Amino acid sequence: MRTIRVFTALAAAGLLALTGCGDGGGATGGSGPGGIKPPKIDKLASLGAGEGQVNVVAWAGYVENGSTDPKVDWVSGFEKETGCKVNVKVAGTSDEMVTLMKTGDYDVVSASGDASLRLIYGGEVAPVNTDLVANYKDVFDGLKLKQWNSVDGVSYGIPHGRGANVLMYRTDKVTPAPTSWSAVFDANSPYKGKVTAYDSPIYIADAALYLMKHQPDLGIKNPYALDEKQFAAAVDLLKKQNEQIGEYWSDYTKEVQAFKSGNSVVGTAWQVIVNLAKADGAPVEAILPEEGATGWSDTWMISAKAKHPNCGYLWMNHIIDPEANAAVAEWFGEAPANKLSCAKTADKNHCATFHAADEAYFDKVWFWSTPVEQCLDGRTDVKCKDYSAWTQAWTTIKG
Amino acid sequence: MTAPSTLDRLSSWLHRHSGVRLAGLLSAPLLWLFVAYLGSLAVLFVSALWTVNSFTGDLVREPTFANFRTILTEEVYRTVTLRSLGVAAAVTVIDVLIALPMAFFMAKVASPRGRRLLVIAILTPLWASYLVKAYAWRVMLANGGPVDWLFGGAGNGPGYGLTATVLVLSYLWLPYMILPIYAGLERLPDSLLEASADLGGRGGRTFRSVVLPMIVPSVIAGSIFTFSLSLGDYITVQIVGGKTQLIGNLVYANIGAANNLPFSAALATIPVLIMVIYLVAVRRSGALEEL
Repeated sequence: MRTIRVFTALAAAGLLALTGCGDGGGATGGSGPGGIKPPKIDKLASLGAGEGQVNVVAWAGYVENGSTDPKVDWVSGFEKETGCKVNVKVAGTSDEMVTLMKTGDYDVVSASGDASLRLIYGGEVAPVNTDLVANYKDVFDGLKLKQWNSVDGVSYGIPHGRGANVLMYRTDKVTPAPTSWSAVFDANSPYKGKVTAYDSPIYIADAALYLMKHQPDLGIKNPYALDEKQFAAAVDLLKKQNEQIGEYWSDYTKEVQAFKSGNSVVGTAWQVIVNLAKADGAPVEAILPEEGATGWSDTWMISAKAKHPNCGYLWMNHIIDPEANAAVAEWFGEAPANKLSCAKTADKNHCATFHAADEAYFDKVWFWSTPVEQCLDGRTDVKCKDYSAWTQAWTTIKG
Repeated sequence: MTAPSTLDRLSSWLHRHSGVRLAGLLSAPLLWLFVAYLGSLAVLFVSALWTVNSFTGDLVREPTFANFRTILTEEVYRTVTLRSLGVAAAVTVIDVLIALPMAFFMAKVASPRGRRLLVIAILTPLWASYLVKAYAWRVMLANGGPVDWLFGGAGNGPGYGLTATVLVLSYLWLPYMILPIYAGLERLPDSLLEASADLGGRGGRTFRSVVLPMIVPSVIAGSIFTFSLSLGDYITVQIVGGKTQLIGNLVYANIGAANNLPFSAALATIPVLIMVIYLVAVRRSGALEEL
């Protein structure tokens, strides 16, 4: 998620250098398709003394020590209290996170659902002993032991927060107000050329979710588990949608601007984008359509090769501490994972705005997961399309 | 008289063995060229033959042509390649058309002082960040923005898309076209223009028969820049291209989103091939000496 573009690698030559030299040293063996079990890695049995530092891979805005904004700081106190110095590496994409974790230089990572399974099955992260994370008991039950943070009832991480991909529209241009994703998938949309969609292969799941409700004969049970036929139907829908699209977005500031100027009038968005657009004076509203929505839920995971496991555990406990969790949720604009956070937010309506305690809201949300060949919905008689197939299809959809 | 020092002996030995001397002088830069530059290109081609284990994301180092087969058989890659070629060609043509009169004015008409100012004016945009310029164009091309206003109202302008991409790329790479043409024109002796006028040649005729043949290599030199820079661009098109995708975007998406390095490598060989063909064709014109 949040493919906040990392534009540092700008030079045109960088393109060649990247493709040429970036092959890295991938591990040999490992569990391929067929061996569905993740590698056996023991979880930490008991917590020892801190090692003095912890190396963190995180999304921008997840680890703030006051250097961005002096008022935004939930790291310094932790460092003082535990003696664990926090070294943060900000990653721009889920794939960057996976690559960074493969180096073995980092202890913990804030993985989204489309990275977490890859980390688990790649043997990059270890199961988490939740007994060692005191704040875990206060995490919303709707976030515990989910498909994207656990395997066979073994927890691989500590939930951080969640949000839904909502349907945003310009109130002055889109009438009547939409109630369904049909607003973006209708082949005869009156908003042709002003529809926007999220620019990532994972958006195929949005189409699958729509088909799940509108073409039940396809038998889609989980938008991340699509067999040949279901996948083809979703791709087909998106190809038709492409004719309506004005632009695809992946940089959230770009979407705010497009909605403000009216280049886009309806399309998928995150709650934080809606708030930013409103703050910018754009007449927008957002809904969770009747079909439900896709969403994202981030998980703190610990490296299987962590050199500072104790500090790593202390960090995972700290970041879902009511106070820290409230601060990060407000700064980033998402629903916190800890029940007690809602009482600690500066804006008392924060949890209501982001539906933190609203399980009925999140029941309608399909959190991002990595599509793999073994169908996530439990079917064993068919093979599902994996993420690399999704990526190649996404290229074809955009044409 | 003292015996010659070791250094002196070495130097006289090198003087007699000119081949060794040359090798010693060139080995460092050549090593750089072959190892760092051509070496990485070779790695690019080799890794294009690998695949990725879709489950763990690890590289599978078994040579196969599967990636190239996909590129050749899937229609979308052909479409995107042709689109990228079209954009690069359009940008080059537009830049030539703008740069020719501009460079001619600078080299032949403007006063020496004005000439210097114009060169500075053309170079100044290169000091600003590429991103800043691209985002500035995004604002200008926005619905109801200045470009729309120029066309007489919101929604009348080109908006975001292929046209906008060509427009912005032409703007970005224009200096790379003006400067070689300007340099070529400066070398063109004024006496030739005067001779043409003396023989009764009007402006148009002089341009066609005297100026143009002499600056063709410069134009081609400039086109190598504009063409290759446009062919590899993937950021401008993300910012103002709407839903357009070019080869660069596909390479980026396959590295960034799919973690499929081998497939990206296979895709990246397309522009390399195009540029090799272009350069071989251009070599005959003598334009490479103008670079």
